[in-house]
Amino acid sequence: MNLGKSRASRTFIGFLTILRREYGRIIRIWGQTLVPPAMTSTLYFIIFGGLIGQRVGAFDGIPYMEFIAPGLIMQAVITTSYGNVVSSFFGAKFGKHIEELLVSPLPPSVILLGYVGGGLIRGFLVGGLVTIVTLLFTHLHVDHPFLVLASVVLTSITFALGGFINAVFAKTFDQINWFPTFVLTPLTYFGGVFYSISVLPDWAQHLSHANPVLYMVNTFRYGFYSHSDVPVGTAFALMLATVAGLYVLAYVLLKRGTGIRD
Amino acid sequence: MLALSLRGLTKTYQNGTQALKGIDLDVAEGDFFALLGPNGAGKTTSIGIVTSLVNKTAGSVKVFGIDADHDLEAAKSCIGLVPQEFNFNMFESPESIVANQAGFYGIPRALARERTEKYLRKLQLWDKRKVMARSLSGGMKRRLMIARALVHEPRLLILDEPTAGVDIEIRRSMWEFLREINEAGTTIILTTHYLEEAESLCRHIAIIDKGRIAMHDRMQDVLRRLHSETFVLNLRTPLSGAVPVLPVASAELADPSTLEVELTQHQDLNAVFAALTAADIHVVSMRNKVNRLEELFMRLVGQEETTGSAA
Ligand SMILES: Nc1ncnc2c1ncn2[C@@H]1O[C@H](COP(=O)(O)OP(=O)(O)OP(=O)(O)O)[C@@H](O)[C@H]1O
Ligand SMILES: [Mg+2]
Repeated sequence: MNLGKSRASRTFIGFLTILRREYGRIIRIWGQTLVPPAMTSTLYFIIFGGLIGQRVGAFDGIPYMEFIAPGLIMQAVITTSYGNVVSSFFGAKFGKHIEELLVSPLPPSVILLGYVGGGLIRGFLVGGLVTIVTLLFTHLHVDHPFLVLASVVLTSITFALGGFINAVFAKTFDQINWFPTFVLTPLTYFGGVFYSISVLPDWAQHLSHANPVLYMVNTFRYGFYSHSDVPVGTAFALMLATVAGLYVLAYVLLKRGTGIRD
Repeated sequence: MLALSLRGLTKTYQNGTQALKGIDLDVAEGDFFALLGPNGAGKTTSIGIVTSLVNKTAGSVKVFGIDADHDLEAAKSCIGLVPQEFNFNMFESPESIVANQAGFYGIPRALARERTEKYLRKLQLWDKRKVMARSLSGGMKRRLMIARALVHEPRLLILDEPTAGVDIEIRRSMWEFLREINEAGTTIILTTHYLEEAESLCRHIAIIDKGRIAMHDRMQDVLRRLHSETFVLNLRTPLSGAVPVLPVASAELADPSTLEVELTQHQDLNAVFAALTAADIHVVSMRNKVNRLEELFMRLVGQEETTGSAA
């Protein structure tokens, strides 16, 4: 091309363009992308935090409302990061506009990062909204701001990649709902959002350690209250390894054109 | 310099369909090239491989000398594609569709906006820039894809049936526009089922049939290869008797006031008119029975079909 710009800067412009488009999509259909998670968490706070929480008392010395707050924020981040990428990428496949990216000179890594970035943006927007809702019901005290941020970013990327992989394999709209319903939701509910695993019988505690969401919710909660059911260092190492593994898988699928190129 | 060079391109789809059986094709820089062929011949598949929408089975693709296997990104940045089927997000506006595409090619936002305006205006879509793409008419959608393909000002523009479903007036203005772009230096490859379009626009032509190139030549030479041509003559008064003897390969009445004459390359119309005048038969108007290219196309593709089924 005749722009006299380096390939790297053109690629960066392409990346920003994907982000802009993803952001535009989130804002355009805000009734689907932003409102429902804020609504759900408001209901959780009223019912679990307010009505039931008063009877539950405290968990590990933390009032129940405050105990579930980080978990609820994380749950919203998880479902929306996943949901954004799975529906946006599957929509692009289904509507064929993925071809706009495939014909362009953008390498697969940038396309992938663009979609993951979209998941991250929505994760942060929704996480922010739920945090605002949280602050209407209770107060949040942050012990380790960096940990809070790092665990949200890693979690959001993990599930954005998961959503991408789901969308690559999905052939119908049913198949983009299957995984969130039967895998993602149970994992988040059993991931210690609403309880500390110390209340579980031994066998259930062991089983819970196989649940990746447990580590995410707990590092996040640790960032607020310095309280976690799992060692934070181990949790971070596991989260990083998961991100790396999922990235490689997603990259290979996109590079090969699985599900998008005959 | 060759804008596009294909060698031994083959494609077998996962379901076993052998769509391409070894395509060799060269398109020179600056050419206006027609890729013709019946439904299912392999046009879209070939274009898909060139634009990396389809994985090839074997063979090589070079775009302006750049081997797509060596530097895919560089090869892709030279190409603009107008696909056969609509492939933009129906819920976005034409403005953002075109500007985003510029971004995917690395064009900075300010320039992208400028170009978006330029091409949406050229394709008479500027008034519609803010509507949802879904609400555009079929012809407008096709023009939107042309604007989108041009926004990064590619050196090679590939159009897969760009005028399908476009009304006559706009088709003419599209032809004019494509000619302009071609004269300004852009190489154009076009597929179409309107042979008149190919004949009036293109300088070179390839006919692809059942995954093979059946013919590849200069348009003029192709037309010269036609051994005969049929003209339809409309007569002032219906003929009651037999058709007079005419210096033609064959002559017959389609109805009493319509005479069809077939001339070989060595026969000429003057002699026909002289004979008709002598017989006091007056011709009020005349046209080709079919477009000349169509005649050739039917023969070529039809022939293949009969030899194919005999084998
Ligand atoms: N995704 C696919 N999977 C399997 N077979 C395919 C696929 N796409 C095309 N084909 C087959 O490959 C052959 C060539 O198709 P192609 O679309 O390239 O034809 P075409 O020349 O563009 O036809 P048309 O003029 O109808 O657009 C056809 O037999 C078609 O059925
Ligand atoms: Mg086609």
